[in-house]
Amino acid sequence: MKIFVPIDAAALALGADDVAAAIHDLAEARGADIDIVRNGSRGMVWLEPMVEVETPEGRIAYGPVEASDVPGLFESGFLHGGDHKLRIGKPENHPFLKRQTRLVFERCGITDPLCLNDYRKYGGFEGLTRAIEIGPAATIEDVILSGLRGRGGAGFPTGIKWRTVAETPASQKYIVCNADEGDSGTFADRMIMEGDPFCLIEGMAIAAVATGATRGYIYIRSEYPHAVETMMEAVELARSEGLLGERLLGSEHAFDMEVRVGAGAYVCGEETSLLESLEGKRGEVRAKPPLPAHKGLFGQPTVVNNVLSLASLHFILVEGGAAYRDYGMGRSRGTKPIQLAGNIKYGGLFETAFGMTLGELIDGIGGGTLSGRPVRAVQVGGPLGAYFPRALFDTPFDYEAFAARGGLLGHGGIVVFDDTVDLFEQARFAMEFCAEESCGKCTPCRVGSIRGVEILDKIHAGIDPAGNFELLNELCETMKFGSLCALGGFVPYPVQSAIKHFPKDFLARTNKAKAAE
Amino acid sequence: MTEDVASIARAVLSRHSTQEGALLPILRDLQKEIGHLPEAVLPIVAQALNVSRAEVYGVATFYHDFHFEPHGEHTITLCRAEACQSVGAVALCERAKARLGLDWGETSADGRVTLEQTFCLGLCACGPAGLVDGKHVARLTPEKLDAIIAKAGG
Repeated sequence: MKIFVPIDAAALALGADDVAAAIHDLAEARGADIDIVRNGSRGMVWLEPMVEVETPEGRIAYGPVEASDVPGLFESGFLHGGDHKLRIGKPENHPFLKRQTRLVFERCGITDPLCLNDYRKYGGFEGLTRAIEIGPAATIEDVILSGLRGRGGAGFPTGIKWRTVAETPASQKYIVCNADEGDSGTFADRMIMEGDPFCLIEGMAIAAVATGATRGYIYIRSEYPHAVETMMEAVELARSEGLLGERLLGSEHAFDMEVRVGAGAYVCGEETSLLESLEGKRGEVRAKPPLPAHKGLFGQPTVVNNVLSLASLHFILVEGGAAYRDYGMGRSRGTKPIQLAGNIKYGGLFETAFGMTLGELIDGIGGGTLSGRPVRAVQVGGPLGAYFPRALFDTPFDYEAFAARGGLLGHGGIVVFDDTVDLFEQARFAMEFCAEESCGKCTPCRVGSIRGVEILDKIHAGIDPAGNFELLNELCETMKFGSLCALGGFVPYPVQSAIKHFPKDFLARTNKAKAAE
Repeated sequence: MTEDVASIARAVLSRHSTQEGALLPILRDLQKEIGHLPEAVLPIVAQALNVSRAEVYGVATFYHDFHFEPHGEHTITLCRAEACQSVGAVALCERAKARLGLDWGETSADGRVTLEQTFCLGLCACGPAGLVDGKHVARLTPEKLDAIIAKAGG
């Protein structure tokens, strides 16, 4: 009988290892014949550690389970799905999961992440098989047809990027997976790497077949040690089964890959900074052109794609580009794994077609704040995303709709704040974070971020507020149009949106105190 | 530099000798095995990779993970990013600094504890999050933090 205890980092941080050990020990003591599977997370983080038991009726979940709950669970007959205050029932019937459209996260939490047979049972590597069958040109056409846009945040059409690399002659081409998921509020990449690593490997292999690349790298941030370990093991397993190496699935295509680990630099999530880091240098941003597709890693044509973009390819190749394209709206096609985070009651991974509104996601799915206090502000898209007030909750989750309101989707992370938030502090943090993480190459970012902190402090101290607001706006315009990359370039998003939508937080400290009286 | 460190350096360099763009993996392995990156080891790396000492120093100082001084027996890392802020990380961080009498990156005088900051551990739906001696912790409260600090001998 199988018992699933997640090995996802969030579950581990909440005691999953202790839970697994307690279940193992108690089962042994009672002579119960069980097989504990360490699966990925289903993404209902408020219920983690979520334990599942395989019964004839299907899998029954219990959560959030602590080690001290385990004896009581055994007493209640949880091995047979028995009743208990922590009993959730069938996970797929839970509204949080039921309302999702899981194309990328189809297997996450269901399979044993490092079991190739499990992956194959769900059609694993059929995408690669088809890509090899139909050939590079047809594969690229299908990806273009799907409308897949880069899921890292920039949203560039993936198929077009691949076509550029395919059409650039070179003796060596690379597939680089950007797994430097540094945005606060995001963890989808981490979940896939820990919960469904073969899906990422298959996606990179498909990209390699399509573009003629023979070497790949996955650049994983060092803050994700479990993802690093899991991907390394998955790569070795894949290699041992001919899914990586000189002849992919026995074909003419050669492709192998290596896992590389970052070293704590947020800016290395920017593709050219990442390439510099892979080359063994300081993570300094490169000017574009040339595009990495023409001159990337070690000067060779390189595909740089986000984890989720690559993890979407299995579905696209198996079901066809048109099937993927039919989800979504406008120019935002397919599904977006959204991460509900921060001060939120029901936080976790929610994959859905583009088009749901921010309000539906936060109030409807997320249940509002964890603290129970009113939602005051929401930051979508990471530290460089705009802060939106409740008034903008009718904005649909769509690249263009968010841009029209001065925001951005980024990697799909939504961080919820209750009414204890001070947007002055948030704006100041945005500048401080930029200063801390700046690669240092361009002046608007390197110097501008520090000046930004200073100007905000002057405003807060009541020193010539009107003049300093004007100066801050000028500084933001300079950073927006003068920075070499989106780190300096997008800092104006959180700062200016905070000022625009929450002006009373920017009164001088003294005035704020008076206003509070 | 001790012979121990020198021999670790030789072993690490030899392990990575055929790898392209190997400097970051080399520095990571060196720090993992020695415990920190002694400045004296950098010229050896530079020579092996046929790059300048300035270049190796430049890379070692660019990335937050690398530290030239040894850490304490225990390292407590707290996340300071937005999702954790939304559930009280700022106050928690101030509490940690006050209790330990340390600022970010500092080690206690008795060498027991180092306090570090990080910006996102990917535990954004169960913050405030942190790392204690490499092990993830989440849903931190002042009480849990105090217990962690006490256990580390801070």
